[in-house]
Amino acid sequence: MPVSVDPLSVDPSTSLSAPAKESGTSEVLRPHAEDAFAAELTALAAQDDRPRPARWKLSPWAVATYLLGGTLPDGTVITPKYVGPRRIVEVAVTTLATDRALLLLGVPGTAKTWVSEHLAAAISGDSTLLVQGTAGTPEEAIRYGWNYARLLAHGPSRDALVPSPVMRAMAEGMTARVEELTRIPADVQDTLITILSEKTLPIPELGQEVQAVRGFNLIATANDRDRGVNDLSSALRRRFNTVVLPLPESVEAEVDIVSRRVDQIGRALDLPAVPDGIDEIRRVVTVFRELRGGITADGRTKLKSPSGTLSTAEAISVVTNGLALAAHFGDGVLRASDVAAGILGAVVRDPAADRVVWQEYVEAVVRERDGWADFYRACREVTA
Amino acid sequence: MASADRPPGGARGEGPLLLGVRHHGPGSARAVRAALEAARPQAVLIEGPPEADALIPLVADEEMRPPVALLAHAVDEPGRSAFWPLAEFSPEWVALRWAVEHGAAATFIDLPAAHTLAWEKEGEGEQPPTTGGGAGPVRVDPLAVLADAAGYDDPERWWEDVVEHRGAGKGDALAPFAVLEEAMAALREEYGSGGQERDLVREAHMRLRVRAAQREFGREVAVVCGAWHVPALRRKSTVAADRALLKGLPKVKTDMTWVPWTHRRLSRASGYGAGIDSPGWYGHLFEAPDRPVERWLTKVAGLLRAEDRIVSSAHVIEAVRLAETLAALRGRPLPGLSETTEAVRAVMCEGSDVPLALVHDRLVVGDVLGEVPASAPAVPLQRDLARLQKRLRCRPEAVERELELDLRKETDAARSKLLHRLRLLGVDWGRPAVSRGTTGTFRETWRLCWEPESAVRVAEAGVWGTTVLAAASAKAEADAVGARALADVTRLAEQCLLAELPDALPMVMRVLADRAALDADVGHLAQALPALVRSLRYGDVRGTDTGALAGVAAGLAERVFVGLPPACAALDAEAAEEMRGHLDAVHGAVALLAEATAAAHGDLRGRWRAVLRTLSSRDTVPGVVRGRAVRLLLDEGELAQDEAARLMGLVLSPGTAPADAAAWIEGFVGGGSGGGMLLVHDERLLGLVDAWLTGVPAEAFTDVLPLLRRTFSAYESGVRRTLGELVRRGPRDGAAATGAGLPGFAPDLDARRADAAVPLLRLLLGLDEPAGSDADDPANDLVGVAP
Repeated sequence: MPVSVDPLSVDPSTSLSAPAKESGTSEVLRPHAEDAFAAELTALAAQDDRPRPARWKLSPWAVATYLLGGTLPDGTVITPKYVGPRRIVEVAVTTLATDRALLLLGVPGTAKTWVSEHLAAAISGDSTLLVQGTAGTPEEAIRYGWNYARLLAHGPSRDALVPSPVMRAMAEGMTARVEELTRIPADVQDTLITILSEKTLPIPELGQEVQAVRGFNLIATANDRDRGVNDLSSALRRRFNTVVLPLPESVEAEVDIVSRRVDQIGRALDLPAVPDGIDEIRRVVTVFRELRGGITADGRTKLKSPSGTLSTAEAISVVTNGLALAAHFGDGVLRASDVAAGILGAVVRDPAADRVVWQEYVEAVVRERDGWADFYRACREVTA
Repeated sequence: MASADRPPGGARGEGPLLLGVRHHGPGSARAVRAALEAARPQAVLIEGPPEADALIPLVADEEMRPPVALLAHAVDEPGRSAFWPLAEFSPEWVALRWAVEHGAAATFIDLPAAHTLAWEKEGEGEQPPTTGGGAGPVRVDPLAVLADAAGYDDPERWWEDVVEHRGAGKGDALAPFAVLEEAMAALREEYGSGGQERDLVREAHMRLRVRAAQREFGREVAVVCGAWHVPALRRKSTVAADRALLKGLPKVKTDMTWVPWTHRRLSRASGYGAGIDSPGWYGHLFEAPDRPVERWLTKVAGLLRAEDRIVSSAHVIEAVRLAETLAALRGRPLPGLSETTEAVRAVMCEGSDVPLALVHDRLVVGDVLGEVPASAPAVPLQRDLARLQKRLRCRPEAVERELELDLRKETDAARSKLLHRLRLLGVDWGRPAVSRGTTGTFRETWRLCWEPESAVRVAEAGVWGTTVLAAASAKAEADAVGARALADVTRLAEQCLLAELPDALPMVMRVLADRAALDADVGHLAQALPALVRSLRYGDVRGTDTGALAGVAAGLAERVFVGLPPACAALDAEAAEEMRGHLDAVHGAVALLAEATAAAHGDLRGRWRAVLRTLSSRDTVPGVVRGRAVRLLLDEGELAQDEAARLMGLVLSPGTAPADAAAWIEGFVGGGSGGGMLLVHDERLLGLVDAWLTGVPAEAFTDVLPLLRRTFSAYESGVRRTLGELVRRGPRDGAAATGAGLPGFAPDLDARRADAAVPLLRLLLGLDEPAGSDADDPANDLVGVAP
């Protein structure tokens, strides 16, 4: 079960032993992984006697331990950064160790960015060589740009060149990160092909090139169910090993994530406090999981799946909306009617096909379930 | 045949050469082959039922192709059986082949199947679960203990790392067995028989047989058995003590034969108790001469390419690198199945599990089907069939003949079941024919013809089970899982009921429910529903428990209710006509179903009426469907005649296109549904139709005419004539009263003449009042019985 252990939940002041760091990061809203977990990384490095690939700060084994958590021989406790299938982390680390680029796929809210940041922090000790992919990401963000003042004053030279994070990573043998790879326009994506296959970045203006030194690698993240993105060309795809980050495995785990996040968001938005809505949250999570998985929780009835992603992130937003409804317009208790409309909106994305899916679900599953009568009524009300 | 140039015994200790193996372990198989090559024993003793000794020469037969299984069954009870499956990579198979090829004597030394089958029989009566046949639940897993000691959490992986993944040994071929024996000895010291008292008996028998072999062949004897048994065979024990253990064992008359097996079935636990998940992978490990990982990934790439996925050699290279590094990260000597699978997923499948499932199905498990020479003894299924044929006095004859069955008779019902079951198994001995004369549901007509192929089919069907009943059940379950269309599964459910296979029914129902849930075409669901409800009624006739079936049918109906209204929107004329057919079929099925499931599934009928109401009032629904929905509601009594007339008036008002109105009428009164009589009796409706028809503009009339003609020409001639007369006479004055004033009828009831018919009616209806007292209030009685 993948849970992004939220940085907020790990208080830096308690997990950091170095007082100098503490003062340096106390004002920062969100410290980098390598700063927040510096103590753990140092402890791992000190006790890591396994072979390390060139320029890696830790051995692959230690990187996996850093992400999955564990206790070191000297008693240092490594907190788990990623709570989910062990194999995911093992394959990811191994991919980077074999000098292949890593592509992390998954629906929103499956801790892709979180995993990539911690991998970079553990391997290179630096998670800041980051290219944020958007529809407007230019080639310069991946290759290099120019300092035009210098360029005009002194002509083209290495000094006038503004290297991109990827170029710096190549030159220094570090791990570069590209977020939301599939949002980057296709022609800009293709820039990566040469970098990943030839491990070199030509600078034709200077007649030079930057060759990647050992230790360079790249981690990209992408949504696999998002609409309207630029699909990867097969040429680029071939250069990546792909790891799909799964959705939470059990209801309990997902309920936990949802209620924790809802609590945080509620506080951030200054919503009036609403007493315990855990039952409704569990219900929302159950509905989402059942429709997403196409099978009821007891494993006895198959269901059609709607076209939407129904990710954990959407469940969080449904519950947050319900809370706002209950607080401002209801009696202050989160009830079935507060979440029913939200669920309907999340499930029915395609008015024709999804509506049938939803109605079938309501009639075949919700109606029959013990203790769900109020929810059934609420669903009928909003669906009609 | 003793040969002088045999190398000396080597480093083995005293007594026989004991080769402890893991059943179906490719590494064990390779090690056994190497050990036999090195030691060259004169006799090879193998853990297995000694009744099969006579069948060993068949191993060398050209037509014998593993995977195959030794099948033991009780002679007078073919259903009692046990299997010992052998694959290409089974150490036992390797040992058999080696012995046969090198002219060494090969014998099976386990406890005879005669006893083990009898044990099973006994076990049924006893209470403690440990004595039930097959693998006991409390058995200590020796591998798990050893793996745990080595720090592995998965015993299979430990065994693979330590034993299976060793390449062809360069050192002493016998050394690994010595080490393994030591480990097992330590385990046996701790755990004794591991909770399996029967193992002690089996081991006593094996010891006796080994001793007998040693007397004959001296020290040149090799034993291939499960590693767990090795310490027990090494143990010194007196002949008398062993004999005592074997005394008084129950016994049944047993027969053995070879049957073809499949990789898929190897993955199920049976016989040797070693259900293996990945026979294809093991087969590959055994066959691959070297570089197993590279060869495996190349194979996977080949499969994916054949399925039109783009997989280049570069992919294979990267996958191999990933698998090897992953193995190193996990501290394994060589990539195993899990590492290669991860590599295939990440590199070749782009993280997706869909192509991976294909790889698992085709390669990891594999489609390999074994073959057995024709000279192998008959399979028990053939015996069972012969017995049934004899009991039911139904001899197989090559001449075609017809067989009339009256299902109310016990023998005939049994014959029918047998024929249906055989049909499920693909043995077309009898084919159903149309009954002549009567059409009652208790009658069945079959055309019987036993062709030579039928015997072959029976032999083939032997893989499914040892009795006709068991085989048909297993086949039906397999068919259900493999069925593509929903209709296939409903047909299968029907067949299961006809052939009375209650064991197969739950699986078929499960598949049916799943298919129904995922099928997005309401038409398919609507088609499946009537067949299902029909099966429900068969079940009633034949006394099968149909609770599960009713549940599935109710669920199916529910899905139809939800899906029907959206599916009725925007249909062309042809599709609308088809939908009307579905509407009728569902209506009939719901009526039957509602009776059967009223208790468990609430008011199905009420919900169906709600659907019909929705349909009848929705403008996007084609006229023919709307008309039909109104008509069904009217027949149900859900819609008052006034309301029906209002709806009809709405549709037939000038605002509606004439073609649409004609379609509505077709739906409302068309087809063989007694619509004509409705018009005859409800003069107001007739008046509405009449008024509309006369109001259709001349240019539209020619468009409407064919539709109307189709509607009205379907009526019986009497109805048509009456309608014609009614129309000619024109609307009656004050036509508020309905059902009165037909030609030849008085406007009101003639009470005196009606009373005269009451005594006869009473007699017909079996009302028990004495004939004299019926004059009290005849009118009320008449009202009571008339509908």
